Amino acid sequence: MPRPTRLKTPRADDNQFQLRLVVALLFMLLMFLVLAGRFVWLQVIQYDHYSTLAQNNSISLVPVQPNRGLITDRNGIVLAQNYSAYTLEITPSKTGDLEAMVVQLGTLVELTPRDMKRFRKFLSENKKFEPSVLKMKLSDEEAARVAANGYRLPGVEVKARLFRDYPYKELTSHVLGYIGRIGPRDKENIAEEQKTANYRGATHIGKLGLEKVYEDELRGIPGFEEVETDYLGRAIRSLKRTPPKNGNDLKLALDIRLQDVADKLFGQRRGALVAIDPQTGGVLALLSKPGFDPGLFIDGIDTQSWKNLNEDWQKPLINRALRGLYPPGSTFKPFMGMAALETGAIGPNEVRGAPGYFTLPGSSHRFRDSKPSGNGSANLSKAIAVSSDTFFYKLAWDMGIDRIHPVLGQFGLGSRTGIDLDGEAIGVLPSKEWKAKRFSKMKPEYQRWIPADVVSIGIGQGFNAYTPLQMANATAILAADGKVFKPHLVQTITDSKSGKVQLVEARPQRQLAFKQQNYDYIKQAMEGVLKPGGTAWRLGQNLTYRMAGKTGTAQVVQIKQGAKYNAGALAEQHRDHSWFIAFAPAEKPTIAVAVIVENAGFGAAAAAPVARGVIDYYLTGKVPADVNALLQTMAQAETPDSGVSEASAPVPNKKTHASPSP
Amino acid sequence: MHPHPLKRLWHSIIQPLDAWLMLFLGLLFVLSLLVLYSASNETFGKIDNKLVYSALSFGILWLLAWSRPQTVMMFAPPVYLVGVLLLVAVELFGIIVNGSQRWLNLGIMRIQPSEIMKIALPMMVAWYFQHNEGQIRWWHYLVGLAIILVPGVLILKQPDLGTATLIMTSGLFVLFFAGLSWKVILGAGAGFLASLPLVWHFMHDYQRRRVLTLLDPTQDPLGDGYHIIQSTIAIGSGGPWGKGWLSGTQTHLEFIPERTTDFIFAVYSEEFGLAGNLILLLLYMAILSRGLMITARAQTLYGRLMAGSITLTFFMYAFVNMGMVAGILPVVGVPLPFVSYGGTATVSLAVGMGMLMSIANIDRR
Repeated sequence: MPRPTRLKTPRADDNQFQLRLVVALLFMLLMFLVLAGRFVWLQVIQYDHYSTLAQNNSISLVPVQPNRGLITDRNGIVLAQNYSAYTLEITPSKTGDLEAMVVQLGTLVELTPRDMKRFRKFLSENKKFEPSVLKMKLSDEEAARVAANGYRLPGVEVKARLFRDYPYKELTSHVLGYIGRIGPRDKENIAEEQKTANYRGATHIGKLGLEKVYEDELRGIPGFEEVETDYLGRAIRSLKRTPPKNGNDLKLALDIRLQDVADKLFGQRRGALVAIDPQTGGVLALLSKPGFDPGLFIDGIDTQSWKNLNEDWQKPLINRALRGLYPPGSTFKPFMGMAALETGAIGPNEVRGAPGYFTLPGSSHRFRDSKPSGNGSANLSKAIAVSSDTFFYKLAWDMGIDRIHPVLGQFGLGSRTGIDLDGEAIGVLPSKEWKAKRFSKMKPEYQRWIPADVVSIGIGQGFNAYTPLQMANATAILAADGKVFKPHLVQTITDSKSGKVQLVEARPQRQLAFKQQNYDYIKQAMEGVLKPGGTAWRLGQNLTYRMAGKTGTAQVVQIKQGAKYNAGALAEQHRDHSWFIAFAPAEKPTIAVAVIVENAGFGAAAAAPVARGVIDYYLTGKVPADVNALLQTMAQAETPDSGVSEASAPVPNKKTHASPSP
Repeated sequence: MHPHPLKRLWHSIIQPLDAWLMLFLGLLFVLSLLVLYSASNETFGKIDNKLVYSALSFGILWLLAWSRPQTVMMFAPPVYLVGVLLLVAVELFGIIVNGSQRWLNLGIMRIQPSEIMKIALPMMVAWYFQHNEGQIRWWHYLVGLAIILVPGVLILKQPDLGTATLIMTSGLFVLFFAGLSWKVILGAGAGFLASLPLVWHFMHDYQRRRVLTLLDPTQDPLGDGYHIIQSTIAIGSGGPWGKGWLSGTQTHLEFIPERTTDFIFAVYSEEFGLAGNLILLLLYMAILSRGLMITARAQTLYGRLMAGSITLTFFMYAFVNMGMVAGILPVVGVPLPFVSYGGTATVSLAVGMGMLMSIANIDRR
C-alpha cells in the first residue's frame, strides 16, 4: 500500500471539496436553526402552557385495574368470580423506619409469619417507591383501625383490591386453572409480546387452564386516573378518570352440575372423565381426579401445601384428562372395527372363529383370550359386544399396521385434539415410522416393525397410548357419524363493553369420508355391549333411552408415579385401569363420554357405572339417588372384560418378538 | 537555556492537542458535570464515575492525537474485519436483551460489536478511497457502499434500527466528501422518501410504535409516550431563562425518565431555559466549525474524509438527541455527545476527537 502523501488532487477537485464543506456547514446550521425554532416554540411561545403543565405535574397518572372477566358454566352458574377486599400496603420510600412501622402495625392487625415472609419477598421484588403488600384480606374492623391511625402511619395505605375466587375449588381446578402473581418470567413474556401497556399496575396473570389460555380475553385493559398528589406523592383528589375496559366474560359449554355428578360417582378414586357434545364439540364435563384447591396458588402457595401437593403419590397436579396416557384396552375395538370395515378386511356379516387363544403362523406363543374357553365363532358385531380378543388379534394380524394406522388417525387418536387448554399430550398411535423414531437410539432390530407387534395393538394394548380426552373425542366423532370438532370448553365470549357475544367453534372442522352404513354398523354393535350377552349388559338395564358403549381394561401404568417407592399404594397401583366409552341417545347422540378409573379392574365394573350415572343425569336430569347403591349393582359379577387376566397377558412375549415395551 | 522540566512535560502533553477543540470540550465538560449533578439528585456517585471514565477517555484522546493519522489508518482493515466477524458471531451466538440480539458474551465480559463499528466503518471507507487515490471511478463508490452495507445490514438484523442508521450514515458521509455525484445523492434522497412506505412495512412493531408515539404521545401515556410528554413539558416550562440550576421541578420530582443518560438534555433545558439551549447549540456549532476547518486543511485524502465524517457524525448525534428529547424525532438510543452519562459512548466520541486532532496536527509537525 502506498503511504498517503500530500494530496495529489488538482485544484478543480479541491474546489469541489470546499463546496461540499460549505454545503455541510450550511446543512448543520439549518438543522440547528430548526432545533432553535423548536426551542423558541416550546420555551417562549408555548411557555405558559407548559409552565402550567409542569406546576400541575404534581398530578400523576395512576392505572386503574380492570375487573377480570367472569367464567360461568353453560347454565350461567359462576365458576370464577371476583370479590373486593382490603389490603394493607406499605411504600418503603415514604416510611421512615420500616421495621418500627411493621411492629407498630402488628399492634393494629394480626400479622402471621406467612404474612411477614410474603412481605419480605415483595420488598425484595418491588422498588422502594412501589407499595408492597403487608397483609391481604383485612377484616372490616382491622381496616377501620388502620384508617383511624392513618395520620401517624406515613407510607401506609389500606387499599380495596379485587381478589379471584373459585367457589367450586377442586371440582374445577383442572378446567379453570388459576391466576397467580406476575413473576419475572411472566414479565419477560409480556414485554416480548408487546403487551406492557395492558399490564400496568397489574399484579396477577393467568397461570394455568382456561385462566391462562383466555388470559387476553379475561384480563381487560387498564384505565387511568389523574390524581393530584401532595409533595409526598400522596393522592389528594381524583381529577379525571379514563375507565378501564373490563375483561370479557366466558361462558363454558361445561355443565357444572354434570361435573359434580361425575365427581361424586368417582368418590375418592383416581381417574378422569371427559364428556363431549358430539353435535357441537362442546366439552360438557372434564374431570381429573384427584384435583386441588386452585385458591392456594393465587397469592403464592406456601411451602408446606406445595410439598403436600407435589409429593402426593396420587399426583393431584397432573391433569389426567389431558396429560394422562393410557392404553385404551378394549375401548379401541369399535375403532378397529371401523378400520376393518372401511378397508374391506372383513365383511359385515362374515363369521369367524373366536377361540380361546391365537397363535401366529410358525410360532407356538399363545395370545390368549380373557375368556379361556373362547367365544366360539362371531361376526364383527358380536365380537365387539362380547369383546373377543382372539377375533381382534386375528383381524389386526390380517390387516397389518399400515391399514390400521391411517383410519384410526382420522379419529384424532395419537394427535392433539386442539382443545382450548394448554399442555395436551400427543399419545401414541403406533406406526412403522413411529417405532423407528421412538427407538432410534437402540439397535436396528428394535427399531424395525415386527409383524407380531400389530397383534396386541388390535385389542388396544401394546404401544397404544391415548388421553381420556382423545378417547372422548374419538367417541364423539363416531357418534356424530364422522363430524369432527375441535373440543372446546368455552362456548361464548361476551364483550364487556359492547355486550357482543362471540360464539366459539359453531361449525365442524371436517367430515370424515367413511361409509354411513359402517357408522351404523359399529354404533349398533356398541349398543349390543349394553344388551344381554354384552360385556356391560347389567348396566343396560332400565334404560329410558338408547345407549351405546364399550368396556375396556388397560394394563399398563402410564402415568409416571414418581421415583418414590410407596408400599401402601403399590399393590393398588398394580391393578388394571377400568375404561368405558359411551354415547347416547344412540339415534341422535347429544353426549359422548370417556371414563377411566385408575387401578379399578374391569371396565364394566368401575368406569361404566360412572358413565351411566353421568349420561342418566344429562339426558333425564335424574341425579343418581344413591351413588353407592348404583356402584354396588354394577359391580356385581360381570363377564370379565378382555385382555386382563394373568394368563392372557397380551404384552408381546420375548419368545415371539423382541420389541422393547415403551 | 533549558526550560524547566515540568514546563517541558506540560509542553509535551499539550503539544498534540488542538487548543480550540480542547477549549470547547472543556466548557462542555464543566457544563455536563453541572447537569449530571442536578440530574442525579445532587449525589456524587455518578459524578465520580464520570470523572473516572472521562480521564480514561482523555488518555485515549491524547494517545490518538499524538499518533500519526497514517499509522492509525493502517488499523482500519483489520479492525473492520474483526468488527464484521463479531457481528456475525452476534448473529449466531449473541445474547438476546430486550428482544434484540446485540451483545456477545465473551465469558468474562459482554461486548456490543456495533460500538466498534462506529469508528471502524468510516475509517475503512476512508482507507479504501485513500488506497485508490487519483484513480477513483464510479464503481469505487459501489465498493464503498458495500463496505457500509455489510455491517449495516448485520446490525439492522439484530434488530437495532437506530444504531444501524447512525453507523451507515457515518460511512455515507465519507462517500459524500469523497465526491459522490450530486445527482446520485439527490436521486438516492428522493428514492428513500419514495420507499418510506416500504420501510414501514419491514419495521418491527416496537419501531413502528416509536414512530406512532411521536405522532401521538397520548396513546400510551404511561409508557413510551410518557418520555416525550414529560421531556417536552420540562423543556417548555424552562422558559426563556430556565428555572435555575438544581431547581427543575420536572427533574427533581422524577418525572424525567433516563434523566442522566438519553434524556439529560431535558434536565439541562428545564434549568437553563432557552438561553442555555442556545449556548449549548453555539458550543456544539463551535466544535463542528473547528472540525470543518480541520477537514478543510487536511493534507491527505484519508485525513479529509475521516475528519469530515467525524465532524458530521458528531453533529448527527447532537441533533438527533436534542430532536428526540424536544419531540421532533422518534425515540432512539442516542446520547447527547459528552453530556449524557455513559462510559462507552464517551470513549468512542473521544476516539473520534483524538483522530480529528491528529489530522489537525499533520502539518504542524
